[in-house]
Amino acid sequence: MNQQLLVFFKAFLGSFKDLLPIILVIAFFQFVVLQQTMPNIGEIFVGLVLVVLGLTFFIYGLEMSLFPIGESMAQAFAKKGSIWWLLTFAFCLGFGTTVAEPSLIAVAKEAANVAATGGIIEATDASQASYANGLRYTVAFSVGLAIVIGVLRILRAWPIQYLILGGYVLVVIMTIFAPQWIIGIAYDSGGVTTSTITVPLVTALGVGLASSIKGRNPMIDGFGLIAFASLTPMIFVMIYGMVLS
Amino acid sequence: MPEILIEIFSTLKATVVDVLPILSIILVFQLFVIRKPIPNVKKVGFGFFYVLLGLALFLLGLEKALFPLGKMMAEQLTSVDFLSGGEILTGSLVWSDYGWIYAFAAAIGFSTTIAEPSLIAVALKAEEVSGGAINATSLRIAVAIGVAIGISLGSYRIVVGDPIHYYIITGYIVVVIQTIFCPKLIVPLAYDSGGVTTSTVTVPLVAALGLGLASTIPGRSPLIDGFGLIAFASLFPIMAVMAYAQLTHINTHDNQTEE
Repeated sequence: MNQQLLVFFKAFLGSFKDLLPIILVIAFFQFVVLQQTMPNIGEIFVGLVLVVLGLTFFIYGLEMSLFPIGESMAQAFAKKGSIWWLLTFAFCLGFGTTVAEPSLIAVAKEAANVAATGGIIEATDASQASYANGLRYTVAFSVGLAIVIGVLRILRAWPIQYLILGGYVLVVIMTIFAPQWIIGIAYDSGGVTTSTITVPLVTALGVGLASSIKGRNPMIDGFGLIAFASLTPMIFVMIYGMVLS
Repeated sequence: MPEILIEIFSTLKATVVDVLPILSIILVFQLFVIRKPIPNVKKVGFGFFYVLLGLALFLLGLEKALFPLGKMMAEQLTSVDFLSGGEILTGSLVWSDYGWIYAFAAAIGFSTTIAEPSLIAVALKAEEVSGGAINATSLRIAVAIGVAIGISLGSYRIVVGDPIHYYIITGYIVVVIQTIFCPKLIVPLAYDSGGVTTSTVTVPLVAALGLGLASTIPGRSPLIDGFGLIAFASLFPIMAVMAYAQLTHINTHDNQTEE
């Protein structure tokens, strides 16, 4: 028991070290640049302890659950040899985790606001909600598709750079034709889709697949799933903008 | 004390609801398609609980301590009073008056990235898979430097009002050139690092900064120009990680020739 406590304490210290830069940055700007005192220091202290504790638990649980689940499922699918089930799983994982992602919901709402202010859609709650939902489902679909393409790439050992560069070219072409107001939102939507639970799971899935297929290098073939998931939403959100105009 | 327990419980409940879709997808496929019990189901269950509890505490702590302070700071730093140094404004502000903003953008980008849980996860995995050739801490620092440069440059873009796609497309060209020259082993990981950086900690603070900037500067619309910082924060880590690989590659190469 004592040994476990020691391990936990070490992890706690590690998490504190991860958080130290934020504390220093905020303290410096608060005291030196803005020259103000720290408001409700007690609350902030409690918050910081919670953040450090939370990070410690998260990393501790990560190695016990998300990593092994992702890898064991990848191995099971590879053994089963059914590409269709694997791709269905890949799509569901991408779509399912994105559609409920809180930061995506927030961005979609904000984007609906922009569209209503800009006169793209009617400024009623109903049309804003339908616009925001459309955006959410567009992004979720494109992330599902991204994981499918990424998994296919691992299976077929396609070199990642051609696919990603091809994606970039598409983004550039779409940017020329897409309406101006959607571009900022489209570019941002690539970044907000990948959540804290999805990333470890998807990474473990990719690495697990690459290590259970003969001739694949987990470093070269295993990584890259997240990259697709941040690229396709840009393309599809711009398409969504073009369809609406 | 009980009050905080109630808060923890309600955040935990919200986290569980967020995670429910992933959990059900995993369970359905595990039970009906793979049709095998999950190995070490008890350990995995505990681990999953730790992940959820950790995430809930983490989010609650951020809401209590960092977000209000960081957002307030972003507002104060972008206010006209602060930018003009307390003096009465004689002309309009030029881009070089925003020095502290670029510094704040870089500092907050760097420090939030170091604390980003999903980046920690990917870095740990990369260290494990590469057999230690890639150091988790160095990788995280490289990504954080990328985010720092990205957000700083993104703030400059909002200040001067350039169209976003010129910057992003130039960035793409740099990424293409770097891809040709950097070690092949790092390419997929570098591409991944763009997507994992902008998550729980970074997005809310960066969004507050973008919104504050866009509402202070005349001629910028917070709703249109406030977007776009995240895109910078997802692009620049790709370059930073490839640059890191190129530098360490050169170093090992030098060592070999010396021997």
